[in-house]
Amino acid sequence: MKNKSLKSINRRSAITLLTCMGFSLSLHSGLMASPEMVQSELDKISKGSKKKDADIFLDVPEIAENGNQVKVSFEIESPMTENDFVKEVYIFADGNPAPNVGKFEFTPFSGECFASTKMRLSKTQDVYLLAKFNDGKYALEKSTVKVTIGGCGG
Amino acid sequence: MAKIKPRAKIPKEAELGEIIEIKTLIRHPMHSGRVKNAEGKTIPRQIINKFEARFNGDLIFSMNLEPSISSNPYISFPYKVSDSGSFDLVWTEDGGEVYKLSKSMKVS
Repeated sequence: MKNKSLKSINRRSAITLLTCMGFSLSLHSGLMASPEMVQSELDKISKGSKKKDADIFLDVPEIAENGNQVKVSFEIESPMTENDFVKEVYIFADGNPAPNVGKFEFTPFSGECFASTKMRLSKTQDVYLLAKFNDGKYALEKSTVKVTIGGCGG
Repeated sequence: MAKIKPRAKIPKEAELGEIIEIKTLIRHPMHSGRVKNAEGKTIPRQIINKFEARFNGDLIFSMNLEPSISSNPYISFPYKVSDSGSFDLVWTEDGGEVYKLSKSMKVS
C-alpha cells in the first residue's frame, strides 16, 4: 500500500487542483481585466455605429462549479441572409486576466446564428456578448456567472 | 506532450435546407502563458488561436480563440445544408502549426 495517502486524490482532482494553483498564482501576479477594460474594448468595436434591438439569448450557467470549463453558448435571432446577417460575435469577461475570450465570425451559409464553446473564468464576474451585424449596427448582452471553485480562491 | 488530435461530429447525411450543428473538439493544452510548472517556471503561451471551417472551399464559419478559452477547445456552430460535399476544418496554433480535418456529407 504505497500510495495509501494519495488514495483520496484521483487523477482528475489532481489535475484540477494543479491547474487551479497555477491559475491562482498567476492571478495575483498579473494585471486583471476590469469592467472599464471591457467597456473600452466594447467601445472600440462599436465605435461610430448604432445600437439595435436584437433577440439575444446568452446561455451561461448562473453558478459555475469549475471555472476551468464554463460552457458559453448563444443564439441570436436573425434571418441570416446575404442582406441581413450577424457578422461577428465577441465574448468578453471582466474578471479574467485578459478581457477577450473569443470572436466568432458567421456567414450567410450558417443559416442560423448560434454557437457554443467553453471558457475559463477566474472568479465570479460578468460575461458580455457583443454582436455586430452586417449593416454595422451592434447589440449587447450581459450575464453574471458565479464561480465557486474554478476561481481557485479568487 | 499528448498528441494533438482534432475531432468533429458532422452528420453523414442531411436534408437540403436543414440546419445542422457541427461540433468540434481538439485535444490541446491551451497554455495561457500564465501557469507555472512544477519548477516554478512559467509555461510559455501556446494556444490554438484560430479555427476555420470551409465547405467545398467557401468559408462558412471562423473563430478567434484567446487564452481564456478552456483546454481542449470545444466549438459548435451551425450550417445550412445546400449541397453534398466536404467540410475542411483547420485549427491554427501559435507559431503557425496547423491541424486539419476533412469530413464529407451527402444530401439525402
